Amino acid sequence: MSLARLVERLLQLIPVLLGVSVIVFVMITLTPGDPVDIMIGDEIVTEEQEEAMRRDLGLDRPVHERFLVFLGNAVQGDFGESFYHGRPVADVIAERLPATIELTLVAMIIALVTAIPLGVLAAIKRNSILDRIATVGSLLGVSLPGFWFGILLIMLFAVQLDLLPVSGRIGYAFEIEPITHFMLIDTLLRGRPDAFLDALSHIILPAITLGLPMTAILMRVTRASMLEVLRQDYVTFAEAKGLARHRILFRHALKNALIPTVSVAAIETGSLLGGNMIVETVFGWPGLGRLVVESIFVRNYPLVQAAVLLYAVTYVMLNFFADILYTVLNPRVKL
Amino acid sequence: MTDALLEVNGLRTVFDTRAGTVCAVDGVDATVRRGECLGVVGESGSGKSVTFASVMGLVRPPGRIEAGRILFEGRDLRALSPRQMRAIRGRDIAMTMQDALTALNPALTVGEQMAEMMEAHDESLPASRGARRRAIAERSAEMLGLVGIPSAGERLRQYPHEFSGGMRQRIMIAIALASRPKLLIADEPTTALDVTIQAQVLELITDIRAELGMSVVLITHDLGVVAEHCDRVMVMYAGQVVETGPTADVIGAPRHPYTKGLLASIPRLALRGQRIRPIEGQVPELIDLPPQCRFYSRCPERGPECLRPVEMHDAGEGREARCVRVVPEMVS
Repeated sequence: MSLARLVERLLQLIPVLLGVSVIVFVMITLTPGDPVDIMIGDEIVTEEQEEAMRRDLGLDRPVHERFLVFLGNAVQGDFGESFYHGRPVADVIAERLPATIELTLVAMIIALVTAIPLGVLAAIKRNSILDRIATVGSLLGVSLPGFWFGILLIMLFAVQLDLLPVSGRIGYAFEIEPITHFMLIDTLLRGRPDAFLDALSHIILPAITLGLPMTAILMRVTRASMLEVLRQDYVTFAEAKGLARHRILFRHALKNALIPTVSVAAIETGSLLGGNMIVETVFGWPGLGRLVVESIFVRNYPLVQAAVLLYAVTYVMLNFFADILYTVLNPRVKL
Repeated sequence: MTDALLEVNGLRTVFDTRAGTVCAVDGVDATVRRGECLGVVGESGSGKSVTFASVMGLVRPPGRIEAGRILFEGRDLRALSPRQMRAIRGRDIAMTMQDALTALNPALTVGEQMAEMMEAHDESLPASRGARRRAIAERSAEMLGLVGIPSAGERLRQYPHEFSGGMRQRIMIAIALASRPKLLIADEPTTALDVTIQAQVLELITDIRAELGMSVVLITHDLGVVAEHCDRVMVMYAGQVVETGPTADVIGAPRHPYTKGLLASIPRLALRGQRIRPIEGQVPELIDLPPQCRFYSRCPERGPECLRPVEMHDAGEGREARCVRVVPEMVS
């Protein structure tokens, strides 16, 4: 991985971000509904007051001018103030981001540790009952909408069985002074295993809901690529060498089979970002996804803008990361 | 026969397909003596590769060995457990494949692929980790040197794609020979190579055979290769052995019409000024074969007496052929 290549990839970000900004700006302006109207709500205000509000927010100026002002500030790292919070957008996002990252990571871990072994097993025991169950399961996994599956899980585990909490990151009884802002880590760092377990019980259902489609896709990719690899001559040659079965499966087959799995996993992580909005809303998870949904409802333009840009950067970086991983795993490819 | 290293009797390997059961190997008898090189010749689909995949226990579903005995040094390989079979594969019987590019794992270095062979089979390696690693590295470099790859130490850290086609083939041979097997099954070792490199690789196999005193089964569709390198030859057609005997005798005076046809279709061996004559027709489908000579439809010498199952017949001087014309009194 050369430095020049890295710089090139970073430069590729510029047109992507510019394009995303334009699209978001246009879409949000075209969306019916006016932030000032929403803020005023049922209160009675004079027209002058309304004009003043509009002026304060900069909404009295034409769209193209607003866009250029936004761009100029964004380049300097200033994304403006959230209409709703009266604080810099960056601060508001930074507050909510750790919850989202934590949820995403746990969802990813769940997806990886279930999908890869299942995919490998399904491939080795091809056409067995296990393979069929896994195949049907993965079809369900990609087909079930997250909002529905999430509610189903809540009904079963929280309402019927009363095993797990319905929403939030941790019970109100726990006061954990943040260190890393990751609840699972902070509770441990503060020496509160009881709080850790409570946080774990809060994150498990949303993480499963979020990770389900990714699990399903990764399982299928792993199964398919494992089947493909097991047919290869080098597996036969490894057998002809009289190697132990586990060595053939894991050293020879899995190492090659994981190349596509890892790339897909990195790219799928990007799609978890979208899933976050739904899952966080269903489970009342105080993360960025829910913040963005709320902001869209109240036409909180600056926040939506900044958040969408953040999503775009993350997505591009994940793809970039997938490429790097691909070269690490596959010695034939030089980036 | 006491000097037989490998003895195959009545081997029958079938593949269950949707269209029916394909009998890829049908009653094959074969013997490989200690130190000899047996050439196995036949067209694609003649069963030559499947026969020796069966010997290695590498026939995968939907294929299965239906009948027969495979004796290696007197032990019946079919009666062995998978674990016992693994101990023989690689250590006693090694195999190289047609295309080294696909047979070597692209994600592992050449050194790793060599080392794992020794790790699996060599009991003489030292027990301590460091000493073991050094011993393996030394032996690996030595093996690469043996097959003529210079600066072996560095090259062990490289991946297969960093080598040329001929070098990969030699590396595969080096790996196969790493635990000094008694029998090497070389499946089409030169088919994927340039003509100039073919000769080098075959010389290499012949030299190492002499040096290690091992037996070699050379599977090929090239009778020219057999003529130069093999002591005995076994010609296969449609899942059956049709002719066996000392190479010089078989090539000098083939007894089976199929062998004659093969020889006539090889430019190098055809007589100067004589036209190259390809064998007309194709190998029959191996499903529901009629009980007659399998070469019947393509045979220029066919007659009514060929319309029944044909056995192998003694053709003298250690030769056998599956043709009624070998025994004059059978032809009416």
